[in-house]
Amino acid sequence: MKIYFELNGEQQYVDIEPGESLLSLLRRLGMKSVKQGCNTGDCGACTVLVDGRAVRSCITFAAKVRGRRVTTLEGLGSPGDLHPLQEAFLEAGAVQCGFCTPGMILTAYELLSKNDNPTPEEVRAAISGNLCRCTGYRKIVDAILLAAKWKREGRWR
Amino acid sequence: MEVVAERKRTSVVGKNVRKVDGVVLVCGRPKFTLDVDLPGTLVGKILHSPHAHAEIVSIDTSKAEALPGVACILHHGNVERIPYTTAGQGWPEPSPYDSFLFDRKVRFVGDRVAAVAAESEEVAEEALRLIRVEYKVLPAVFSPEEALADGAPVIHDEEDATGIHDAQHNIAAAVDIPVGDIERGFSESDVVVEATCEIPYSQHTPIEPHCTVAYFDEEGRLVIRTSTQVPFHVRRIVARALGLPMERIRVIKPRIGGGFGTKQEIVLEDVAAALALRTGRPVVMVYTREEEFVCARTRHPMRVRVKLGAKKDGTLHAIEMEATSNTGAYGAHALTVLSNVGSKTLPLYNKAPHLHFHGKAVYTNLPVAGAYRGYGATQGYFALEVAMDELAERLGMDPIELRLKNHIRAGETSPIFEKIGEGREGKPMVVRSCALEECLKVGAERIGWYEKRSRRRREGRWAYGVGMACAMQGSGITGIDMGAATILMNEDGSFRLLVGATDLGTGSDTILAQIAAEVLGVPVERIVVYSSDTDLTPFDVGAYASSTTYVSGTAVLKAAEEVRRQILEVAAGMLEEPPEDLELSGEQVVSKKTGKSVSLSEVGHQATYVVDQHQIAATASFVPPESPPPFTAFFCEVAVDTETGVVRVQRFVAAADCGVPIHPKLAEGQLEGAIVQGIGHALTEELLFSDKGRCLNANLFDYKIPSSLDVPHIEVVLVKSEEPTGPFGAKSIAEVGINGPLPAISNAIYHAVGVRLKRAPFTPERVLAALHRDG
Repeated sequence: MKIYFELNGEQQYVDIEPGESLLSLLRRLGMKSVKQGCNTGDCGACTVLVDGRAVRSCITFAAKVRGRRVTTLEGLGSPGDLHPLQEAFLEAGAVQCGFCTPGMILTAYELLSKNDNPTPEEVRAAISGNLCRCTGYRKIVDAILLAAKWKREGRWR
Repeated sequence: MEVVAERKRTSVVGKNVRKVDGVVLVCGRPKFTLDVDLPGTLVGKILHSPHAHAEIVSIDTSKAEALPGVACILHHGNVERIPYTTAGQGWPEPSPYDSFLFDRKVRFVGDRVAAVAAESEEVAEEALRLIRVEYKVLPAVFSPEEALADGAPVIHDEEDATGIHDAQHNIAAAVDIPVGDIERGFSESDVVVEATCEIPYSQHTPIEPHCTVAYFDEEGRLVIRTSTQVPFHVRRIVARALGLPMERIRVIKPRIGGGFGTKQEIVLEDVAAALALRTGRPVVMVYTREEEFVCARTRHPMRVRVKLGAKKDGTLHAIEMEATSNTGAYGAHALTVLSNVGSKTLPLYNKAPHLHFHGKAVYTNLPVAGAYRGYGATQGYFALEVAMDELAERLGMDPIELRLKNHIRAGETSPIFEKIGEGREGKPMVVRSCALEECLKVGAERIGWYEKRSRRRREGRWAYGVGMACAMQGSGITGIDMGAATILMNEDGSFRLLVGATDLGTGSDTILAQIAAEVLGVPVERIVVYSSDTDLTPFDVGAYASSTTYVSGTAVLKAAEEVRRQILEVAAGMLEEPPEDLELSGEQVVSKKTGKSVSLSEVGHQATYVVDQHQIAATASFVPPESPPPFTAFFCEVAVDTETGVVRVQRFVAAADCGVPIHPKLAEGQLEGAIVQGIGHALTEELLFSDKGRCLNANLFDYKIPSSLDVPHIEVVLVKSEEPTGPFGAKSIAEVGINGPLPAISNAIYHAVGVRLKRAPFTPERVLAALHRDG
């Protein structure tokens, strides 16, 4: 079956397999920032934005994004043009192995799109479905609070 | 003093420079093992044993082979039988050669039976279902006690295994280290206390599971792109397991998604390589999360008994430590993890003249234990620090005062350094840097120790308490681990740094670049780091034993100093001044006498194109003659719900001495991450098994690692010391942080409610049972 959807600002018209997950589709399309950590929706490494909402692509059928707008980390920024959230993660030392980072940044993006002045507790609650085994979360929370500050200062896109 | 003064001027070391792989990681660039798509790649899958202990009577693969899309099926009947160890350690490995690519026998639920390579994951899975295996089920044992009992089934009865301590009695390894006269020690003591603490099966849970791609380059050489901590050991062990010449194998470690020890083990590379060789096609393999829990590696479950004898003034006089370690079905790291239970703990309290450390690592029909951050020390400190807390109480002493009275200081030694090494005798060592006293002071202040300790707080059903613990670790493995580095200068004055060292997310590529940059007088951006490729980088044992900053870092330092010398020599010719008068900084070589200067780019062009043309480059190696311990003091505040048994860690403070932190933020990150893993050990993490040995909670929903909501407010303080043997004064930090949470939280619970939790994790059920029993 073929579906239309928007991926990082570009229209896609692609074949999908019956029962294929969004994770599988996105990785097939070269979006390697979308990581598989568990395939059961528990770790959050595969998080992407669908119409601005953070979803777990491993337990979302590819067919569900027909006609929708999908954003992966590739669509947020690039090495030569970092998004402020990406800058903030670097600045705060929030990245160790980097495997949970794409999902973490996109979850943070969703939070900050709704609330640009979150408390640390609100940040912790927002990322509680994104597991990180390296950092202990403290610097990730710092990074998101820093990005929120930048957003309030108008440094955003 | 001159050295210290010079170090204070460092321009790159000690700074929070941007992680060299940071931009790539925050952009999600395709840098991980599975981020490459090779045309014609087959998917490899493993058939796992449904039985805890069984002989394979027959395997019928005919139906599976007939399935369209199946390329190859391997099992014990069609591969060569070569014993090896999956433990990625230096050669000769101190772990028994008790593993085979495929064996005639299975030893735990999840053990390898066969492997399939097929055109897709679905076909591979269908093929697994079509393989008919006839088993003769054997009696199984699920605890060291059962395994050690008379008449217990022998798990490793194969004749061709080597290096097993006593296969007939299921003992993979044993240690017995007496110092002084322990009985006399106890009889001369005024106070004797004993504590037995137990750690269950727990798993590293890297967010990226084990994964590997095996393929062939243009010349037909086998390339293994793999998520490993030990690329050079992978190359050697796969060569052995498959009977291949080592030069036919290239191992590449790209970015990897966490390891914590489980990727110090060859668990997929051998199978993927065998499937690729048999089919001549690329093969990709990745563990499911369930396989990661059951078939990768775990921490060694362990019971550790500590008996302390002390004089009235609190001076320790005798320490006995006995460890019973469950190594599971295979003996990976069995001896060395067991040894580290004593070797990384007993030197901390070096005042006791009488010591006895003894223990066994026992085979059982459960998943295979292996290296896990802390590596035995975590198990040892749980018992030791709970016993110390009890001793302090018996003596009527403050727990901090008891530690201050007994802990090792700079300039001191312990006989244990010499008695216990890595599977053999160690080397004598004097501790040259130790800021534990300061760590204790700073940590106590931050948590408000004396005020909180003097009064127990109770609010309704919630009881509050504070507890503390201390720990040390090492920095690399003395006399065994080797790291090497090559630095080459480009003509524009930039450099290539080639290291075998393996950044598994720790940031070691960045730290090694900082060390090189500091010596070469350039910013980190002028150093291109290429790491962990057995074709292109010099040897390094890999990332384990808290070694990279200290061991590989010293190799980088030596290589950089030699390159610096070569640069000054070329510049001396250009400036017509002796090299001794020249200084390298800010990408310039400047004469201290005349002020004349040349840029690094001019030096590079001169050497490459103009006069006496040569490549400015050096390779240096380092084997540590010592393993300086980092020290940490841990403090925490807990709340215990006396009605439900729920324990909440409310605040955690750790003050650590890792020498001079090369990159303070990365060092803090190591400590914070390790503490949170330790909190997971203390509160939630435990693999559960049925009475048939089947894991019951091999998923991230039922095996609970801490999420952002489970983590308390954590404060880490890096207390500086100057390690004279370390690069720019650095020691390690990667592991030590995981040793503290178990005892500190147990001790805090005791302070809160007066019951000692000695079996991890401290679940509400266990806390409640303890309250009803002892409270």
